[in-house]
Amino acid sequence: MNKKFLSTLLCTTMVASSLFGCGTNTASNKASAKDKKEEPVVTSFGDKKGTKLELWTFVGQHADFYGKMVEKWNEKNPDRTINMKTTTYPFSDMHTKLTMTLQSKKGAPDICDVEAGQYPNVVKGQDEWLYPLDEAIKPYKDTMVESRLDMYKGQNGKQYGAPFHIGATVMYYNMEQLEKYGITQADVDSVKTWDDYEKLGKRYVEARGEKGKFFTSVDTAGTDWLTIAMAEYGEDWTGGNKKNAKPNVKLKSVNKMLEYQQKLLKEKVAQVSTDGQVDTDGGIADIGNNTIVSFPKALWFMSRFKDKLGADSGKDQTGKWYIAKCPVFEEGQKCSVGIGGTGTVVTKQSKAKKLAADFICFAKMSEDGEKMIWNDLGFDVCNTALWDECNTDQDNFYNKYFRNKPYEVLKQIKDDIGKVSITKNTPAINDQINSTTLNDVLEKGKNVKEALEEAQSTIESDSE
Amino acid sequence: MVEHASSYSKDGEDKMKKDNIFKRFLYSQKTAPYVFVLPFLLSFCVFWIYPFSSTIVMSFQDIQPMGSKWIGLGNYKKLLADKVFLQAVGNSVMYMLLTLVLLIPFPLLFASLLDSRLVKAKGIWKALLYIPSLTSVVISGTLFRMMFSERDGSQFNLILNFFGHDKIQWLKMYPTAYFALLLIACWRWTGVNMLYFLSGLKSIDTGLYESAEIDGATGWQKFIYVTIPMLRPTLIYVLTISIYAGLAMFLESFMLWGNGSPYNIGTTIVGYLYRRGIEKNQMGYASAVGLVLLIIALVINMIQLILSGTFKKEES
Repeated sequence: MNKKFLSTLLCTTMVASSLFGCGTNTASNKASAKDKKEEPVVTSFGDKKGTKLELWTFVGQHADFYGKMVEKWNEKNPDRTINMKTTTYPFSDMHTKLTMTLQSKKGAPDICDVEAGQYPNVVKGQDEWLYPLDEAIKPYKDTMVESRLDMYKGQNGKQYGAPFHIGATVMYYNMEQLEKYGITQADVDSVKTWDDYEKLGKRYVEARGEKGKFFTSVDTAGTDWLTIAMAEYGEDWTGGNKKNAKPNVKLKSVNKMLEYQQKLLKEKVAQVSTDGQVDTDGGIADIGNNTIVSFPKALWFMSRFKDKLGADSGKDQTGKWYIAKCPVFEEGQKCSVGIGGTGTVVTKQSKAKKLAADFICFAKMSEDGEKMIWNDLGFDVCNTALWDECNTDQDNFYNKYFRNKPYEVLKQIKDDIGKVSITKNTPAINDQINSTTLNDVLEKGKNVKEALEEAQSTIESDSE
Repeated sequence: MVEHASSYSKDGEDKMKKDNIFKRFLYSQKTAPYVFVLPFLLSFCVFWIYPFSSTIVMSFQDIQPMGSKWIGLGNYKKLLADKVFLQAVGNSVMYMLLTLVLLIPFPLLFASLLDSRLVKAKGIWKALLYIPSLTSVVISGTLFRMMFSERDGSQFNLILNFFGHDKIQWLKMYPTAYFALLLIACWRWTGVNMLYFLSGLKSIDTGLYESAEIDGATGWQKFIYVTIPMLRPTLIYVLTISIYAGLAMFLESFMLWGNGSPYNIGTTIVGYLYRRGIEKNQMGYASAVGLVLLIIALVINMIQLILSGTFKKEES
């Protein structure tokens, strides 16, 4: 009996382990590994008798947002109600699954969130994979910021994705710290150019005189600073969204920004960002510890303050930070650029394509939707008609958290928001710049021209 | 009535016949082995032969959403000129060699110690060394990433601070990054290799040691002239799987850097395959990367097996 039991047990273990063995090398396991969350979260919303729609996202808050919007949609459209099932997957897991299901033409959801950097991978399927939103977008098109819509167009000019936010870059300042060392809000407001910014930084660092404390930090694993510089000079290293666009990183703007950053490091005004950039655990710790007191980032970074530097974080920053325009190299240049984003797509495999498209445009572009995007998600919405209202809302978390109101700044820079495309060339450029060029230039002090020359040749051979 | 009986008996005969055919089939000495191997053969075809052959086909194609194009040797030509790929091959080979240097002698030493009378509480030691291999790499990798973080508070920077050294960026430089990778490898695999060696040691006839003792051999001589030659099959096995495991390493590096390491110092061949195939959706190119990995692993292992004399016929 014992022997029998033992052999059964052994056989089961053997079979199970061989099956698990098959599984451990799959992409999804590795992907989820990175995101540190193993289980997808599935939730259902809306009218049980309504048309069934499935939605995938990679951010839990987005799923909650869509859930609330389904209820609103059902109230307004009793004859076209929706029963929505949302699934939240880890970031890379979801994108991998989406491209796989699109490629195999089976198993894709009706609606899916796609992160801007991943978008080129998805939009290359155009009509084969996705359902165009042009028809559904019509009622809202006039009030939307056009450059953000353009971002999610295919090469055939059709609209395939709906944006969440503008992602306009601004400069964040820790006023409480700066005031301690004699720098006033007026001083910060008078910063117009990057030279002014450098002078202010020197003044702060000298007044503070403490080892290991800096004015700002420059990134070795993120391209935000460079993207801002490109927008200022109206340049674009991807070569734009044309069919045979060639990447080019040997740009005046990139060159200038890297040399400027080297100078900041030399003068000890800046440090190299911990963990490579500000939007990491290390970077956010530096903000909380006052290791750095200023950095440029998109407006959506506000949500990081809410999630990680709020009242219950132990490093509460409420009422300390001030938001201002980014400096420019030459006066009169554009001072901001849209960074990051989520384009939501409707897949060709959906059985209710039109309903899905109508719903997604309602959720992300209507007045109700945009208000919820600002209040719940803290994004700078693309619907300009609502900016005044967002600004005066006294109950909004962000309006209370910062020293000034985010939308005041947004209104100031409204006409100065540039655009740098995200195209099929973007991944190759980002790979090279983030893995090698920024480290060469900022960590090792390599000559900027040489580093860019080298980067260009690698990128060219990669994107052939 | 008679009719009825005859039809009944006919039915019964048919049934018997069927049973007989079935039984004959099952009990036949010719077919039975095939029936037993069938599940394996089927899964081998579905999960090995099919993906393997389609990988070969895909490596000559450019896979696009609107259909695939034949591009001949295009992927391979691009691969040979791809600096990052060549670096990834270099990284993988270096990692493999370093793991061989560390993960064969030390486990062998530990196994010999555990097999000798010098060590007490052997069960505890075995369990302690083996437990790490049961831990998920995802969890241990995350812990190691925190331990090697460039921040002030990370364990290894605290150790440096204790000795009066400034903090360093562990995961941004080759020597320290490989120290981290090898530490994970040793922590994980020492116990496993040790168990292989231990089982090899157990199967050596004690009589050999006794006769060596009678001949006046020292402990060291016994180890060199008895233990090592008798352990050869185990050694070859461990060497073969270590070569493959070293070349195919991915998850450890993925956990430390998330597949985007500075200067690509943590990019391995499989990491590069993942980047091209999954992250950049270039399945054709990734297939070529995979096949090159297969060829490298095969060549190295063949050389190793020929040199160690595995293919020679046993001398009688």
